[in-house]
This record gives sequence, C-alpha cells and structure tokens, in this order.
Amino acid sequence: MTKLPGTQGLILEEPLLWEKGDKGRIGFSLPENDVGHFPLDSDLCGETPDLPDLSELEVIRHYTRLSQWNFGVDSGMYPLGSCTMKYNPKTNERQASLKGFQAAHPLLPDPLCQGGLRLIHELERLLTEITGMDAVSLQPAAGAHGELAGMLIMHAYHRKKGTKPTKIIIPDTAHGTNPASAALCGFKPVTVSSNTEGILDTNDVAALMDEDTAGIMITNPNTLGLFEKNLPDIAKIVHDRGGLVYCDGANLNALLGVVKLGEIGVDILHLNLHKTFSTPHGGGGPGSGPIAVLKHLEPFLPIPRVVNNESYSLQENFPDSIGRLLTFNGHFGILVRAYSYILSLGSELPRVTEYAVLNANYLKERLRKILHLAYDQPCLHECVFSDKEQHAFGVSSLDMAKRLIDYGFHPPTVYFPLVVPGAIMIEPTETESKEDLDLFITAFEIIAREAKTNPQLLHEAPHNTKVRRLDETTAARKPCLCG
Amino acid sequence: MRYLPQTEKDVVEMLKVIGVSSIEKLFGSIPPSCRTKNKLDLPPPLSEWDLNRYMDGLAAEMATGSEYTIFLGAGSYQHHIPASVSYLLGRSEFCTSYTPYQPEVSQGTLQAIYEFQSLCCRILGMDVATASHYDGATALAEAILVAIKKTKRNKIAISTLVHPLHRKVIDTYLRPVDCELIELKAREDGTTDFSDVPNDLAALVVQSPNFFGCIENLEKGAQSRPDKALFIVSFTEPLAYGLIKNPGSQGADIVAGEGQSLGIPSSFGGPGLGILTSSNELMRSLPGRLVGQTTDTQGKRGFVLTLATREQHIRREKATSNICSNNSLCAVNAAMYLASLGGSGFRQLAQLNRNKSEYLKEQLRNKGFNIPFSAPTFNEFVVDFGTDFDSRYQILLSQKIIAGLPLKRFYQNMSSYYLLCATEAVSKNDIDLLVQEVSS
Repeated sequence: MTKLPGTQGLILEEPLLWEKGDKGRIGFSLPENDVGHFPLDSDLCGETPDLPDLSELEVIRHYTRLSQWNFGVDSGMYPLGSCTMKYNPKTNERQASLKGFQAAHPLLPDPLCQGGLRLIHELERLLTEITGMDAVSLQPAAGAHGELAGMLIMHAYHRKKGTKPTKIIIPDTAHGTNPASAALCGFKPVTVSSNTEGILDTNDVAALMDEDTAGIMITNPNTLGLFEKNLPDIAKIVHDRGGLVYCDGANLNALLGVVKLGEIGVDILHLNLHKTFSTPHGGGGPGSGPIAVLKHLEPFLPIPRVVNNESYSLQENFPDSIGRLLTFNGHFGILVRAYSYILSLGSELPRVTEYAVLNANYLKERLRKILHLAYDQPCLHECVFSDKEQHAFGVSSLDMAKRLIDYGFHPPTVYFPLVVPGAIMIEPTETESKEDLDLFITAFEIIAREAKTNPQLLHEAPHNTKVRRLDETTAARKPCLCG
Repeated sequence: MRYLPQTEKDVVEMLKVIGVSSIEKLFGSIPPSCRTKNKLDLPPPLSEWDLNRYMDGLAAEMATGSEYTIFLGAGSYQHHIPASVSYLLGRSEFCTSYTPYQPEVSQGTLQAIYEFQSLCCRILGMDVATASHYDGATALAEAILVAIKKTKRNKIAISTLVHPLHRKVIDTYLRPVDCELIELKAREDGTTDFSDVPNDLAALVVQSPNFFGCIENLEKGAQSRPDKALFIVSFTEPLAYGLIKNPGSQGADIVAGEGQSLGIPSSFGGPGLGILTSSNELMRSLPGRLVGQTTDTQGKRGFVLTLATREQHIRREKATSNICSNNSLCAVNAAMYLASLGGSGFRQLAQLNRNKSEYLKEQLRNKGFNIPFSAPTFNEFVVDFGTDFDSRYQILLSQKIIAGLPLKRFYQNMSSYYLLCATEAVSKNDIDLLVQEVSS
C-alpha cells in the first residue's frame, strides 16, 4: 500500500499574544523624529492602548507556530465542494507584490496610474470573452458582494421599467448567500425544488414565475455538480414574464471553453476569482466577485468604471448605475493575481475544466463503491455522496470528515447541499495528480472499513491534530470573543 | 502546463475507470444547444518570464513613493511595513487555507483572528469585534443596517465629514431600503455640527478623525444622540487612536471603519480591512463572522467560528447579512503589524504622524497659506492653496510631487482647498520640498 500523508509530528504550543512579551520591547523600527514635537491638547489625548510589547523574533515565532496549526492547499489535498481549492500559483503573488501595484494610492490622478487601469480594463475584457457576457465590473469584493451587486441591478432594472416585483425564485440547492443577498434588496425568496435528477424542471419554474417575480437566481452547474440543462427554456419563461436570470458563477470551473453562460439566457452573472481563477482564499478572504451583465444591463453596473479613450480613466457619470459598492477600485491585489493566472494559461484555459471534470468523475466512480452516491448522474467538477451506507454503524459524514484529517487530507464539504441529508461534497479540482486522488480514495476506503470495525475511532477523530473536537455549543452559549 | 499534472497515461487510465472513451464524453450531460460554438479567443499562454516582463511594465506605469513624493491620504495611508510582517504573511498555511470551518486544522487562522478581534477592541475601547469585513465603507454600511433593524426606525443622521466615498457606498446599500439619510453640516472649525440633530433616529453617524483630518468631539456627539438611537463612530485612520481618546470611552455603540493603515499596502485601493466593533448588547445583531474561545474534548483551549445562527449559511434570507467571507488575511496582516508595534510603539508612531503633519501645517502657515479649519488634526489637514493653484498642481505632478487631494471633487464650494497627508513615511526633506514648490 502507498503511504498516506497523515502522520504525527512535533507541534509547538504558543500562548495568546498578550500572554507573552514584556513592556518595553518592540518589533518595529521606528523612524527618527526629524521635525520637532507637536503635542496634542491634553483633553483630546487618551491612554496608550493596551497592546502587548514583543520583540521581532517573538512576533515571528508566534505567527510561524500559528501557521503550522493550519492546513492549506500548499499542505495537501483540499477537496472542499463548491470552493474550488485549486493550487494558487506563486508567480501570481510575485506580480501582486510589485511595488508599482502594491504601493499605489487609490486616488492617484488617472495619468499616473495607467498600468493599473489598463490591467482592470484588460481583465474585464478577458472575463467577457470567457463568460459570453457583454460587460464586467470588477468592483465586488467577494462572491456574496457580487450577488448583492446583481440583486441591486435587478432591483434598479425593475424600478427603471416602472415595476416593483416582490419575489424571486431560488432553487433548494442554492448556497445560503443567494436568499440572503436577495433579501437585502427586499425580494422575498420563493423556493423551487430540484427534480429527481437533481436539476430544475422547466414546469416547476413556470408554475412559480409571475409578474410579481423579479427573476430567478440559479447556480450552474448547481451545487450537486450537475448541469442545469433546462436553463435556456427556464430563461425564456422568466424573460417572457418580465423577469431577469441571475446566475451564480461559483462553479464556473466546470464550464471554461465549454459553455458561455451569456449565450444561454443568463442576464447577470457573478464570478469568484478566488475559485475559478486561482487567487488564494486567505483563510476566508479577501476574495473578488466580479459582476458580468448583458448589454441591456450595462448602464446599471457599479461605478467607477474604467473607460479607454486614448488613455484610461475612471468615470462615474452613469446615471442608471447602482452606485459604488466599495470605497475604491475593488480588490485590486486579487485582480492582479487572477489576470496573471489567465495570461499564464491563455488559450489553454479549457484544459482546466477538462481535467477538473476528469478528476471529479474518477473520484465519483471509485468512491461510489464505498459511499452512497446521492444522484447517479454524470457529474461535472464535483460529486455529492452521503453517509447513508455508514448509518448502520452509527457513523456520520462528520465522523468520516474528521478521520480524513488524521490521514492527511482536508475534509470535503459536509452537510451541504441541504437537499442531500448527510451530504459529502467533493471537488478535487484539476491541480490534483492521479497519485494524490488515489491516496485520498485509499484513505476513504480505510475509513469505510473502520466505520464497520471500530466506529468509536471515527467518533473521536481527529486524533493527530493540535486540538481535538471542539465544544461549539458552549462557544455559542457563553461567547468569549475578546481577550 | 505546470499547474496541470495529468499525463496522457493518467488520462487513459482514469477514463477506463470511468468507462468513457474520451474527456469530451464527460460533458454529455450538457445539451449541444448549450455548448458554445466559439472557441475561447484568448492569447497563447505566457511563460513565467514573459509574464514577469509584461507585469513589470504595467507596474512601472504607476506613480509610487520611490519616484514620487506623495501627500495623499483621504482613506488610504502610506505607512512603513516591516519586512517581518510581509514575510509572515507569505506563510502559505495562512494564505492558501479556506474559511476555518474545520477548526481542528485551522487553529492558526482562528487564534490569529481571535487576537485580531481582541486587539481591535483594545484600540477602539469596544467589547466585541467581528472577524473583519471587505472595507471601511461596507463595514459602516452594515453597521447602519444593524441600527435600522435594531431600532426599527428608518432615519439616519450622518455627518457630511464622513468620507464622501464611504457615504456613496452607504447610499448604494440603502437604496433598496426604505429610509431617509439626513446630512449633518460642518461647523466653521471643521468638525460636525451637532446642534440640530433630529429626533427618531436609528443612528447618528460621525467619523473621527473626520475626512478633513479633524478630531471630532465624540462626547458631544454621544450626548446629542436622541433616545434609543445608536451612536456609530467611523474612522479611516485607526493609528490616531494611539494618541486620541478611543470612541468606546466616549459613548460609541458601534465603531466601524477602515483598517488599511495597520500595515496593509494601499494596493491601488484594495483589499483593505473593514473593522466592525460594538458593545456587548449588540453582539448577536452583528453581521459577519465571529471567532470565539472554547475547549476541546481533552479540555485544551481552542477557537471556533461561533454564533453562526446569525449567518446566511444557517439562516438564509433571515440572516443578519449576506456576507460569507471576511478579509481574513488582511485582518491577520493588521494583527501582525500591531503585535510588532506593541502599545508603546503604536503611541510613538501615532505621535510621529502627528508631528509630521503639524510641521507641514506650520511651514505652510508660515508661508502665508490659509489653514481654513482650526480644529486639531491627526495626520492630514485641509489647506487653501488659492484660486490659481490648479495649474501649479499640474506642474508639480510633472515634477513628481503630488500636492494632496483637490477637494472640489467632493465638496463643490471648496475649489481651492486641498487635503494634505503626511505620515512617518515622508521625511522633513520631502515636506520642505513641497512647501518650497507650492510657495514659489
């Protein structure tokens, strides 16, 4: 048997910042005061903030030790479904840290920031080509922020038309941000169930879509990893009754070069640069969630927009715009990384999708021998299993997920999508090699055997981590959020 | 392609297991009518070395401190960032991990964010801080939404001296919400006029130091807030709280603002760091992630994401917000920077910033320029350069000096006013050069 990556090793304890150090230390090189002292009126002055004083090495060791308690894509396979945890190329980091980008002030006069404006403009153009949409704004700071932008556009579009619809259709497989984003714009979500094949049925949408409905929010491929093949027909029904089609592009990694969503009825689309376009997730952000629209909705895009008229400039004079979504120019540092990624792959970008889908289908075929497959359909970039087979032994998806950690893998997404009880949602991405997929499968095979022979081992997993399972109930009942 | 490990042999073996004859067949669930007929029109792949050359070229078309002398602040501040902080931030265990939903393998991020929350509370004098938001403007907009929900009122009074771009973002967030924004005017000294605050407010919103760099009288603001309304204080330069009284000690219910100045590069405007803190009473109304301390099955201290029942993945449309991420790495960045400075370093650096800008102010005043607002300022202030300064400003640009931000873009009646910022990153020589050039 090939060796699994999980092992035991020396992990070092590290207290909280304020439990170490001593007053009088510093980890910072303070510049000389070369201009004289100008004290502030004493009635405005406050106390010195109570921050711990540490030397530079104390700071370095603190965060180095903390980092070693984390698992990242660079540590090992991270097959979180719908999160697209692909490799984050290091050259992207190099480009984003160029002084011209990193030190640039956001309010530079246009002639002094042509490189940055050109980068934004070019990335917008590449994303329109990839998605088949007509115009893009890179301003939204994350996927959910892109959704908010999309919902604001839908809201503004209906206002402009003189209509005030109150509802929006959202499938039961949708990510929780979809209904939450819609609610921020005053739309009441109406749930449409997916059919026995795990996708939306045109008739079900037709039965719900009326003049009081702003449109539909649809994720394609959906969170079961299945292509919503009825999208063009659904779009026709929605459009005929005055609505718009919003697509959550979280799973675009399955469609590069295969489907252009702008060609099959989508009016508004958000992308996740931190998923499809390889920018690091950063332990929860910053991400970037560009919003793309068809021509008829371009006037509603957020401002400022980059306009190329002999030279590049930031323009705000778009009276129908939904307005500004972020103080400055979007998460520019993330845009640099995504742009670098697209340029590195260039015309080879469709290979990403081909291998992502190949990897997912390979996992699906191998793992279905030990796990219950929720929908027996050809999948795209991810596949969804459940813990149905392991119920007999009292073992849950959570137990298996935690045991995977002991074997050196980050667990898949569990308990989502909600339509599959005990869901285990696996997205390997294209950057995992066959050997690593095989090791992951081997680990799961061992775990499936352990479920039968020694379920207690799984209930108590993980065993090899710095901390064991944590008491989340007490954390929520008696919150301790600040030390 | 170096990011794609599949060999021809792998592909053959994997297809055999799947039971299809080609990769193309894996896309059989997509009807031909949905397939694009057009091949992606993308340029050929760039080698790493060609990419470096190209990006170096773009970056060279940006004005930065090595060549230019820049006196811009206005919500994005140039401060020295220790190499140790940049180096630590590059640890890929922080950078390439996901949201810490599996706490046993995410204790690094979780403890770092718990520490970040605690440091924010200590600086701002508040009880609770979230794990961060996209930027100062969105944190402030979310704070206002909290006030509207909490008080069930829909009138907001906001100072005209809150960052104009933050106010634009608030406009966007509030557009679909039925509510009224009332602007509080500025007094002659450059601080907010609290003399005419309306009743029935959901919130009273003021920024300190405000957009003109002036330190607001927050106690007065808190006193003038109507019954039950929340007093929301925002900021764009948290370093100021190394020197001035924190908002928590002056009656703020929510403090929300931009943390970029805490060791995060300007990066042409983003990613920044939205900081959102509140009193304990508002803890369960807060939007966004929170990290809390707990214990594991062996009784060992550990950290988890908590109070998730406020959030969209549990509550869906009834959530306190739609946000599903935080600017986590930027929060860790700020915590590393604060840990490096420590309490005494934070205060000394704040005083140094005050010194630099006061020196600049004094020199300009000595040359006869009008400093229109008399309220004390932190590291930026407004100067009246006179009516003919426009062309001089352009000439200075060509001499690689950016003489602040023209305020006419944001305030129509301030056509000759400029907002100047001097942090520790500008030297006495830089300041003397600016003063000499603007007065010649």
